[in-house]
Amino acid sequence: MLHDVNINVHHLTRVEGHGNIVVNVTDGTVEQCEWQVPEAPRFFEAMVRGRHYSEVARITSRICGICAVGHTLASVKATEAALGIEVTEQTKKLRSLLKHAENFDSHVLHVYVLVAPDLLGAPSVFPLIETHGEVVARALRLKRLAHEWGSAIGGRTTHPTTVIPGGFAKLPTVKELEALREKILAAVPDLEATLDTIAALAPKIPAFDRPTEYMAVSSASEYGLYDGEAVETVLADGDRARYAVDDYRTFTNEYMTAQSTAKFTKNRLDSYAAGALARFNVNYEMLRPEAKAAAERLGLEPVCTNPYMNTVAQVVEVVHSAYEGLRLLDELIESGIADEGIVQPTRFASGASAVEVPRGILFHEYEYDAEGMCVRANCIIPTNQNHGNIQRDFDALLPRLLAEGISEDDMRLRFEMLVRAYDPCISCSTHYVDVEFVR
Amino acid sequence: MAKPTLAFFDFASCEGCQIEFTNYGDAATLELLKHVDVVEFREAMTETTGGRIDIALVEGSFTREADRARLQDIRHRARVVIAYGACACTGGINALKNHQDDFAEYVYGEHATMPHLESGTARPISAAIKVDYEVPGCPISKDELLLVLSNLLHGTEHVTPPYPVCVECKRRETVCRYDEGDHCMGQVARAGCGAPCPADGIPCEACRGFVDDANLTALEKVLMERAGFSQKRAVGKSRMFTANLRS
Ligand code: SF4
Ligand code: SF4
Ligand code: SF4
Repeated sequence: MLHDVNINVHHLTRVEGHGNIVVNVTDGTVEQCEWQVPEAPRFFEAMVRGRHYSEVARITSRICGICAVGHTLASVKATEAALGIEVTEQTKKLRSLLKHAENFDSHVLHVYVLVAPDLLGAPSVFPLIETHGEVVARALRLKRLAHEWGSAIGGRTTHPTTVIPGGFAKLPTVKELEALREKILAAVPDLEATLDTIAALAPKIPAFDRPTEYMAVSSASEYGLYDGEAVETVLADGDRARYAVDDYRTFTNEYMTAQSTAKFTKNRLDSYAAGALARFNVNYEMLRPEAKAAAERLGLEPVCTNPYMNTVAQVVEVVHSAYEGLRLLDELIESGIADEGIVQPTRFASGASAVEVPRGILFHEYEYDAEGMCVRANCIIPTNQNHGNIQRDFDALLPRLLAEGISEDDMRLRFEMLVRAYDPCISCSTHYVDVEFVR
Repeated sequence: MAKPTLAFFDFASCEGCQIEFTNYGDAATLELLKHVDVVEFREAMTETTGGRIDIALVEGSFTREADRARLQDIRHRARVVIAYGACACTGGINALKNHQDDFAEYVYGEHATMPHLESGTARPISAAIKVDYEVPGCPISKDELLLVLSNLLHGTEHVTPPYPVCVECKRRETVCRYDEGDHCMGQVARAGCGAPCPADGIPCEACRGFVDDANLTALEKVLMERAGFSQKRAVGKSRMFTANLRS
């Protein structure tokens, strides 16, 4: 067993945004074991004050370029709740389809570019071009498909243009939807190959169980991503709790710490997890059969308490999104696309929303004045919800690694892989705290 | 001959501009990588080089004095520095808070003075170091960025169109937002994006910055007269992505 450990990873690589890992053990005593978030704060909630409701989503979208679709959707949903706007079924289906594109997109990037190098023993994806050329080409093909899929519905994937409060500023044509359907169908062999690759690498995923509370958006009709009338949590023993979206402050309980520019959260335990594994644990029953089969093949079962398995849960969701996307496309092609116009506000008040983004739940809340100008905003970001859980994982992981007697380098890798498994999106996690509006 | 080296760096940003790099597809990406060696890219790779770089691509705004030394180091090591994205070129959306004095209190409440939350005015990268090329936009147009890189590799001068977005918008025969009862800033926005926003049914908000001789007084007048904005909203609108470009 190592008696002295000194790990200091400044600005961890292969994660979005900036995070540090600091572990210090002297003479067998743990002096420090911290996950730190030093990202530069950007203050979006302050910036949307005084902006018209039609602009707010285009500002908050800029919180995160990777979850831009999710931020846009969460933002327009909260604005619609505040303005008493009921969008049409067609709008909901198109938004769901767009949401699936983003999950597919982000998960492909994370699994192939950020995690796979660890499992293949490479420092990044670039050397893999030489050694695993077909894997890299496949990743780029799937990534491009996701980009074309999202652009067909959202206009753009990085800061979508067409999604506005009340509906769509521009609708896709049935012909475009048919072309998209063909593209997704053509990617099925790449999806199968992805499962083969991950199945082969799965034994390299570290074993580490630390039960926590898992939180996800829940819907009676689907595996909650865009849609979902409530938020549900499940514990390792299967015990469930259900909450109304509007009460989000009472089950996220944000708090500040000195180690981070981002806020931490907790609910029934002293931390909780959000993201693909949490969704899988909460909403397993609503997965497409193809996705359930993929989970079985990859050895993933609910309730899974190994945070390193988040990557596997992401692969399962990639399969789910492909087949759910095809189902939505079939329905939209069958019914045709109607030009329904934009649903207009019926009031100016406040409203909240919850949407799943690749890394977990995103909560947005706004209040508008009679001119439709934003007077108050609050957003809670998935990565913030995971920071506390990452810290608790660190606390549990260190004694186990010390007992295993592995080298400091291997320890560092295990900590890095743990953080990467959460796919933290730190750049977007650093602007949030509850703020009570002073009238 | 060794391939030119390319390195990516990021400051206060959403990282959306670097994400655009992953959207070229297999053929174009693998082709680009035949011509350049990516040597540093924290989001995507563990490898780093402490040494010289041919092309440094810098994303994000300069918001903390603490970042000045990192920027100077990049400048010192790089032959060419390209600021890409509105955050890096002008301060972009981050500058929306520059005219507020309570943003930290608003977001962090009583904790606003914790030292690690220090973040001042959002400024362009050029406020700290000399920048050789700017690729504007929020996000950048990935085709334009590829063109800038390719021109650089071939030693060809790159020119951004000097005219406003309206020219590109009319060229593609989009119905004007004003004729749809909406508003738009295409009259003063720098072209080069191909005017995607009006074509997608939303106003141009000048994410690429202003043309050189932009008449902002006239813009505010049009926003009030043709779109019925209050003066306050007209002034606020013209700040959207361009707060640092106006008084
Ligand atoms: S310019 Fe826009 S897309 Fe690019 S990093 Fe800044 S906010 Fe993101
Ligand atoms: S829509 Fe905007 S960019 Fe197009 S012509 Fe009208 S004002 Fe110009
Ligand atoms: S049309 Fe305007 S807002 Fe849209 S990309 Fe071009 S400059 Fe930016």
